[in-house]
Parts: sequence; C-alpha cells; structure tokens
Amino acid sequence: MAHLLLRHRELPDIGIINVYQKNGGFEAFQKAVMKMKPQEVTEVVKASGLRGRGGAGFPTGVKWSFIPNNIWPHYVVANADESEPGTFKDREIMESNPFQFLEGVAIAAYAVGANATYVYLRGEFWSVAALLDEKIADMEKAGFLGDRLFGTDYSLHIHTHLGAGAYICGEETALLESIEGKRGLPRIRPPFPAVYGLYGKPTVVNNVETLTNLPLILEKGADWYKALGTADSAGVKIFSLSGHVNKPGNYELPFGTTYRELIYTYGGGVTDGRPVKAIMSAGASSAIIVADDKALDTPMDYTSVRGLGADLGSASVIVINDSVELDWVINKTIHFFKHESCGKCTPCREGTYWMLHLIERIERGEATKENVELLHLVAKQMQNKCLCPLGEFSTMAVTTAIERFPADFNPSTVGGEHG
Amino acid sequence: MLAEKYPEEVKKIFAKYPPEQKRSAVMPLLYLAQRGDGFITKAAMEDIAQLLEITSTEVAEIVGFYTLYHDKRAGKYRMQVCTDLPCALRGADKFLQDLCGNLGVKVGETTSDGMITVEEVMCLAGCDKAPMFQLQSDEGIEYHENMTVDKTMELVAALRKSGKEVK
Repeated sequence: MAHLLLRHRELPDIGIINVYQKNGGFEAFQKAVMKMKPQEVTEVVKASGLRGRGGAGFPTGVKWSFIPNNIWPHYVVANADESEPGTFKDREIMESNPFQFLEGVAIAAYAVGANATYVYLRGEFWSVAALLDEKIADMEKAGFLGDRLFGTDYSLHIHTHLGAGAYICGEETALLESIEGKRGLPRIRPPFPAVYGLYGKPTVVNNVETLTNLPLILEKGADWYKALGTADSAGVKIFSLSGHVNKPGNYELPFGTTYRELIYTYGGGVTDGRPVKAIMSAGASSAIIVADDKALDTPMDYTSVRGLGADLGSASVIVINDSVELDWVINKTIHFFKHESCGKCTPCREGTYWMLHLIERIERGEATKENVELLHLVAKQMQNKCLCPLGEFSTMAVTTAIERFPADFNPSTVGGEHG
Repeated sequence: MLAEKYPEEVKKIFAKYPPEQKRSAVMPLLYLAQRGDGFITKAAMEDIAQLLEITSTEVAEIVGFYTLYHDKRAGKYRMQVCTDLPCALRGADKFLQDLCGNLGVKVGETTSDGMITVEEVMCLAGCDKAPMFQLQSDEGIEYHENMTVDKTMELVAALRKSGKEVK
C-alpha cells in the first residue's frame, strides 16, 4: 500500500507546494472552511477513531470537543517536541511531507475555531523550523493561510516556536509554559489545556503525526480510515525502529502488524544475527518486554501491547539483542530521566536522583542484593505519585527490567564490562 | 542592544505573539543574543528583560533551564554527541570515546585552537542514524548522522579551515 503519512516515499517532491496541490493538497482544508461547520469536522474525526499519536492515545475528536465556546480566543498547538529516546517519526514527516502536516494543523484550527496556532519544535530541530517557516510563507502566498481565507470570514496564522533542549516540554502543559516564556514546568491539572491552555485560553495540543492524518480523513472519510486498522486502533501508525536491527528507520504500517514482522520482515533482522532479548515498545519510557515467541507474535495495537505489560505509546520500538545486559540498559534510561527531570515535584526529583546513585553503584560492581531491591523499591514508590508522566516513565524500565530479567541483576555477576 | 542590532528580526519575533504576551519572545530573543559569541552575557539578559518588561532573573532562569542556551564561552562549535540508549546500541559510546581520543580532549573540553567543544547530550531524534551528533554554533544547529570518527575528523578539518578564513 502507498504511504499515507510518509507520502514522500512515493512522491519525493511532495514538499514542493504545487506538487502537493497537484496531489490533492489543501482540498480537504478548503472543503472544510467553505462547506463544513467546525462541529462537522470534529464529528468526522471522532467517527474515524483517530487517537493521539504522541503516546497517550486519546481520541483526537473527543479532545477537540472539550473546547468550550464561551471562552475566546482558542489556540491549537502542534507538539513537535519529539524527544523520547527512540522516536524520530515527526522529524521525517516535517522534513519531507511538511504541507500535509501544516494542512492538518489548519484543519484542527478550523475545527476548534482557532485563528492562531503554534508549532512547538524542540530547539534541536533548528533546520526543521527554518524549513517550516518557508513552507508557511508558501502557503500564505498561495492563499491557504492569512486573513479571510477562500472568501470566508475565517482567518488563520501558523507560527513556529523553538524550544531549547528540554524533554519535559513534550508534556503538554510544560510545553504551554515554555511558549509563554517560562521554564517548562508541568502545570497541576485540572484545569486541562482544553479549558485553561495557552495564555489561559482553551487550547488543543496535538502531536505532529496525529495532525498529519487529518487531510486524508477529511478527504476519504471516517469509514475508510477506520477500516485501515484494528477494532480499537484505527488507521496507520509510524513505527520508529531502532537499536539492534539491521535496517533501523521509520515504518508506516497498519495497526496489528506484529513485532516479528516489524523486526524481521521490515527491519532486516537483528544485528549480528543474534537472538532478540528484549523489546522496548515506547522508547525509553517503556516497560521492557521479554522478547519470547508470544511477544514477537503480538500485534502492535493499543490493546494487544497492554497484554504484554507494556504500552504502544509513541510506537518507538527499541530492539535489544543478547549482547547486552538489562542493568546497562536501565543505567542509560535512568541517566536520561535524571537529566530531564524538571525538579518541580519531589517524587521525580528525588526518585531519579536516588535511582541514579543505586544504578551507578550496581554498574561499578559494588552492589549487594539489597541495593538491587532498594532500586526496585524506589521506582515502585515513585509510581502514581509524580506530577506528570515523566516521573512515571522513569520507573517503567527499572521495575520491569528487575522483575523480568532477574539474572541480569545478580549482584555476583552484575556490573563492569557490557555491551 | 538587540533591538538596535537586529531590528528586523526582533520585529518579526514580536509579531508572532499577542502584543500583551511579550514574554513569549524570550526564547527566540535569547537565540538572537547568542549570535556572535555563542553565549549569552549578563548585559544581554538585562537588555532582554527590559524589552519584555520582566526581571533579569526571569530571563536568567530560562538560560539555566534549557540546555541549548549557554552563559559561558566554549569552542566555536559545540559537537554534541548523543549517547542515549538507541544510539549506544549502535556504538555511540565508543564513537564518543574514540572521537575524544582523536581530538585530544575529554568530554566537556575544548580543543586547544578553540574550535571544538565536545559534549555528551540526550536523545536528538536521530536514533536510526547513529552514531550522530549535532553541531551547535552561534548561528544555529546542524545534524551530522551515520558518522564515523574518520568522517568526523574530516569535518573538523574543514571547519578549522573555514574558521581561519573567517578570522
């Protein structure tokens, strides 16, 4: 099947505005503005079953419907902060199929009555932001952005905003704080952004991949989209495949594809032909899955992955072969979360600090059995107590690695040389 | 003074945000202030604070919080190597170690000619193309992916050459 999101794989010039237009570009947005009520657009997206692709998997149309109509103005913010280790799909979309993404932003904005939208990119995406600025200018020139579009009363502007290196800004309330010119600290919720978002106004925050689906859903209809996936997971998904595989990269596949197909059919198999030992299904914030036959034959959709004690999340699949031990793996993930913890809430600030100390002791080969148990206990005690998902994420790999790969944490053999 | 030095760009930055939400401009203005020296001076933070009608402490906390802002001078280029899990599974730790050996510096140090500071950073969304790094200069950020130490040393040689021409 031809790619729906990574359309540049078949149409390499789709990032040029007239090529995009020749392939049906902006027709969906124009149709929405000229012929549909905002509410009708929301209904189509609801019916399509589209769920947020940033990781949480919340139904997109339902998220939009929370926006109240008695507080104005409304904002749409595209979350292009993509910073989860193992995730690199939004970058490819924006670099190579930018107009489909921007049209998606425009459709979301129309659906919720927003006239101003921001694309929040992580600071490292400096050149992607420069590219999007050019593409936004192209759209303005062609009459797809600006005031009184297509002869209607509807006006729309898209602005880019660069972050500056902080994973926490992928959390939507921290992201909004960051646009407001503050440190990226998550807000206490409720109120949710749908009511109290950017500048205290109703705001929808959607992931880049989520938004890129919208032009096609509007063009081809909710039923067509729904038929693409599985019962609970409509449509296609981009799987970012990394780690010990021969052909890492982004693979756009229908929901329900198995891990085995992703790793062996698409990813060309495991590095050095070794057996796959563990899978992280959702980047560094993922629970670690024992890669047995049952796991490898599990269809990748929201419900089935949960059956493995993990989450589909952003579908960033990190493959780990038997050349490394899991203590080394969680040393990496703990370092990441310790560095990225914003420090606002105590469980995460202190918990990541102590997890780091314990794993470093384990890595030096100085750990006792009690140290491993304490590491597990610290992680367990953080769970369900953190202000935002970052703190929770930091514990997932730790608890599951110790529980599911106990041999890798045997104090007499652990630590020292790995990998 | 940013407003005098880069009037067009400052105007463009302010136009992105509602007039009563000037503070939103702090991040793009800080990038502008980093141009030239590659780091942000106290005076520049005060200048931005005045432009935005906030305190210089509020500007300084942004500089401190976000890793791409710097308040100290480093090499002309910061070579920021990702050694996070997916990159490490593709040999990024060894790449960084060998690179440091070739450049004769430790992580965090700057080459004696002042051109390259090697830094170890968190995930850059280039996991499938590791080993990889970004090159941060006062002008922006550039990705270099599927790298080897040899390719990187060639790049360093080219940067040294062009750097001399600039000076």
